[in-house]
Amino acid sequence: MTVRIESSEPFVVELQQFNGPLDLLLTLIRDEQVDIYDIPIARIAEQFLARIKTLGIDEAADYLEMAARLLRIKAQMLLPRNQDDDQWEDPRAELVRRLLEYQQVREVCDVLSRLAEERRSRFARSYLPAQHVEPPPAPLALSLAELLSAVDRVLRVAREPHIHDVVPRALDVDGAIATIREILSLRDRARWFDVVQPSAEPWQVLSALLALLELARRGELRIFQPSPFSSLVITRESAGQAA
Amino acid sequence: MSPLAKLLEAALFASDRPVSVAELAALDPDASRAAVVAALEEIRETYDVNGHGVDLVELGDGWQILTRPEFTDAIERAQLAVRPHRLSGAALETLAIVAYRQPLGRAEIEEIRGVNCGAILKSLQERGLIDVVGRGEGIGRPLLYGTTALFLEQFALRHLEELPRADELAVALRSEPRAI
Repeated sequence: MTVRIESSEPFVVELQQFNGPLDLLLTLIRDEQVDIYDIPIARIAEQFLARIKTLGIDEAADYLEMAARLLRIKAQMLLPRNQDDDQWEDPRAELVRRLLEYQQVREVCDVLSRLAEERRSRFARSYLPAQHVEPPPAPLALSLAELLSAVDRVLRVAREPHIHDVVPRALDVDGAIATIREILSLRDRARWFDVVQPSAEPWQVLSALLALLELARRGELRIFQPSPFSSLVITRESAGQAA
Repeated sequence: MSPLAKLLEAALFASDRPVSVAELAALDPDASRAAVVAALEEIRETYDVNGHGVDLVELGDGWQILTRPEFTDAIERAQLAVRPHRLSGAALETLAIVAYRQPLGRAEIEEIRGVNCGAILKSLQERGLIDVVGRGEGIGRPLLYGTTALFLEQFALRHLEELPRADELAVALRSEPRAI
């Protein structure tokens, strides 16, 4: 499972570690070792788009908004401008301001998590969430004579306890294994009801089931169910194919 | 320990939350506020000097007896107490913004974080770390959030001023963006 995710969806896994587009952007800027006041916007935008390519639709909106913003800045940077134009405002200025502000928040987070960790390492009294406790029953208003007569009534009504004997009935998995092997030695393919008679006792059904699982584990046969609730199909696994 | 210190120790032990100096002073009508503060100091010193497993700590606007950090693992292993869950990164970010910019509305928080924060604000409010402290001007009179006394307790702060000031944070942030 893990292997599949790592190989086919690296970006999704990676993005879960970011707290939003600004976090991703700051990480890119750090990884690329570029000056935050002079962001190479084309390169960063390209990286950003590559990372969000496989985002799930729910989280995409915030990242897409940032992607659009980056592309707009990139376009604005391409507009020709007069070298000595004092009026020119860097289209990246607003983004830089937000990134710096966000970086400040990240630093506060470091402080807060250190404080929280210190506090977490100490217990106060009654930290455990209070369990719901039933109030103790009110004292009984009962005389000894009443209690004794009540006990007497109970004893009269109570009959001899009925003791049920539980007879252990061992499963016969080995027997079932022998049966299944016998069946599969005659043919390549069998169905559930070839192995278990419709009149079988519960212990026989259980034995057969365990035997099938055991044989499947050993690689002697293969079990599959063509559709829900249909009869199991059992096929013999030739030695060469055995896993 | 002095009789007043013993009385305060008993009260602090009995309480499951930090107890303020005013509440402690109410235990003994003859005790002045200064005497209570001195008695608290006496308890703290006794714990320190004699080497106790607990320790008297000031958090929020009160005092509380807490176990010393070196015993936390053993206590938790024995399942006698459970550490609260850590906040997620997103929740911590949101809380940090509220702590520094309060009172402020959801839109401002989302502007700074660049993501939608509705669900996180709700869960922080449910955990009692933030609360609605008013309504802003402007369209729809947005709800304004601020941190609570429980926030101070859970971060072992006496007051918000104990947090580093914004201008004390990293050097890089102090300098204005230079001209490009």
